[in-house]
Amino acid sequence: MASTATTVDPRAGAALERLGRWLDNRTVLSVLFMLPAASLLLLFLTYPLILGVWMGFTDVKIGRPGVFIGFENYISLFQDGVFLLSVFNTIVYTVVATVLKFGLGLWLALLLNHHIPLKAYVRAFVLLPYIIPTVLSAIAFWWIYDAQFSIISWALTQMGLLDAYIDFLGQPWNARWSVIAANVWRGIPFVAICLLAGLQTISPSLYEAAALDGANSWQRFWHVTVPMLMPILAVVLTFSVLFTFTDFQLIYAITRGGPLNSTHLMATLAFQRAIPGGQLGEGAAIATAMIPFLVGATVFSYYGLQRRKWQQGSADD
Amino acid sequence: MASVDVRKAVKRFGTVEILHGIDVTIDNGTFVVLLGPSGCGKSTLLRMIAGLEEISAGEIAIDGKVVNNVPPKDRDIAMVFQNYALYPHMKVAENMAFGLKLRGVDAPTIDKKVREAAAILNLSPLLDRYPRQLSGGQRQRVAMGRAIVRDPQVFLFDEPLSNLDAKLRVQMRTEIRELHQRLRSTSIYVTHDQIEAMTMADKIVVMRDGHIEQQGAPLEVYDRPNNLFVAGFIGSPAMNLVSGAVRRANGTASVVTDDGLVLPVPPGAPAQEGAKVVYGIRPDHIELTSGQGALDVEVAVVEPTGAETLVVGKYGKSDIQAAFRERHAFKPGQRVPLMPMLDKVHLFDAGSGQRLG
Repeated sequence: MASTATTVDPRAGAALERLGRWLDNRTVLSVLFMLPAASLLLLFLTYPLILGVWMGFTDVKIGRPGVFIGFENYISLFQDGVFLLSVFNTIVYTVVATVLKFGLGLWLALLLNHHIPLKAYVRAFVLLPYIIPTVLSAIAFWWIYDAQFSIISWALTQMGLLDAYIDFLGQPWNARWSVIAANVWRGIPFVAICLLAGLQTISPSLYEAAALDGANSWQRFWHVTVPMLMPILAVVLTFSVLFTFTDFQLIYAITRGGPLNSTHLMATLAFQRAIPGGQLGEGAAIATAMIPFLVGATVFSYYGLQRRKWQQGSADD
Repeated sequence: MASVDVRKAVKRFGTVEILHGIDVTIDNGTFVVLLGPSGCGKSTLLRMIAGLEEISAGEIAIDGKVVNNVPPKDRDIAMVFQNYALYPHMKVAENMAFGLKLRGVDAPTIDKKVREAAAILNLSPLLDRYPRQLSGGQRQRVAMGRAIVRDPQVFLFDEPLSNLDAKLRVQMRTEIRELHQRLRSTSIYVTHDQIEAMTMADKIVVMRDGHIEQQGAPLEVYDRPNNLFVAGFIGSPAMNLVSGAVRRANGTASVVTDDGLVLPVPPGAPAQEGAKVVYGIRPDHIELTSGQGALDVEVAVVEPTGAETLVVGKYGKSDIQAAFRERHAFKPGQRVPLMPMLDKVHLFDAGSGQRLG
């Protein structure tokens, strides 16, 4: 190796050495390593987010650059009945679907946590609704809810329980419950599998200790399962709320926001105003208006549920 | 306080039989240790007594009442688990109080009992901590405290010390023993550590492969092992076991090893001429001698522990370990004359492994 060292120009050698020292610096190195990932995030997340927020303060339309108009978009939105209805719809959709997804998902997880035959296959099977592309399952639901060809209506009339077909997607509240049902069907597997993973981390000896302490099965669930599941429940709940609140695909494929805007969520309304409607500024404002809700939900579940004193080390007394 | 009777207890998991008809009586107030290698069924037996495993056949009675179909919470027992099984989301006081709370005991009584138990176990300053904030030994004590506050008829311990470091294990051993002497509660303790068994038990039950090999007082089991398994399992360093055949001549007896070397046997030994036997002698029952008939052992390794010196050597093809209270500076390869104490020799039938005489 000595021969190669002598062939290098001494000035170049010194420059290399400086470069080497520079690269040995922890700060330089960590910035360098983070750069590829950070640039992707900046380009595809931060830039569109900032652009969207900015557009919300302008009157930009498709094909016409806008000018800054301050809070004008927001002021007009708060006097806009359709926007207010979409906020209402979004909150109903998120709250009802989340409660159902967690209730049913936890139940399913508890069932799957038992020793059942072909356990691995059953668990994989449960995930099916989640891995089918959303639009495909949405189209299937569209058919299930069809005014003429609905299999539910057909089955119920065949059984003699019903005289006329149900107008699933033609009446506002029918349509709301219908899309909520579709969302719940799709969301349960995610919740169930995540909570199942949480259940499996609970040591069986805790249940045995509780049984010896005199706890019946309900008390074991309440005093062992629920508190032990709380950390993962908080994380899954946060994700589930975020995904449900920002849902777009199911609604757009099944109802497009109808009837009478009764299933319009903020996300679908933002899209409709911005792209087919051409009002980019207004659509961006609607999308931006979702941010406080999302931040609120995240902060609530993060501080309210996730951080538990017993999980922390001795330093946090 | 209560006695525990296990009668012909069988445990099957599917078609596999784990316990093959176990009979044990645990007298009121005694400390009984179930001892055996892993997989011998000792923990399963304990869990059957606790009610955490079903009894496939036979019966288990606590205080004279058969409890086969009594759920764990109604058996009036408390158990200390190997991993302690403390509720991580409850403070020490809550962990200890949980069982009483579920049983509907009023708050002042719970508080009093928890404080008493905490005082016994030196846990008083830790009552407001979470298990996570405790050391291994402290968690172990909380697990015992949780058992004590319930004032159960029987204490069950499932390898409670195996997660502790060596020094703490010795200390906790003494603490558990002291606690038992103080509370005089019937205790069943599962371990694979024969030192724990020897030091703590009133009675040792040695198990292997779902059978009981021997039960009795620790020193009785140590001095008169029933069979080869017990002989090899109890005692550290382990008993020397050498196979050979009995030879009697001129009123003396000896065992001739497979490679033709002679081991002395007391003349009254209960073995016929020519019988195939296994010769057993504990390392601490071998003396350094200059007398006649000494074994010519070649030293391989010398292991001084401070308290004693363990010499590992070869006698012919057989490995021999000898432990001396004195310190010896033998060199590897050196030949030393060793002599087994004749009255401490054990003979086992080579075929059945059973003790002779």
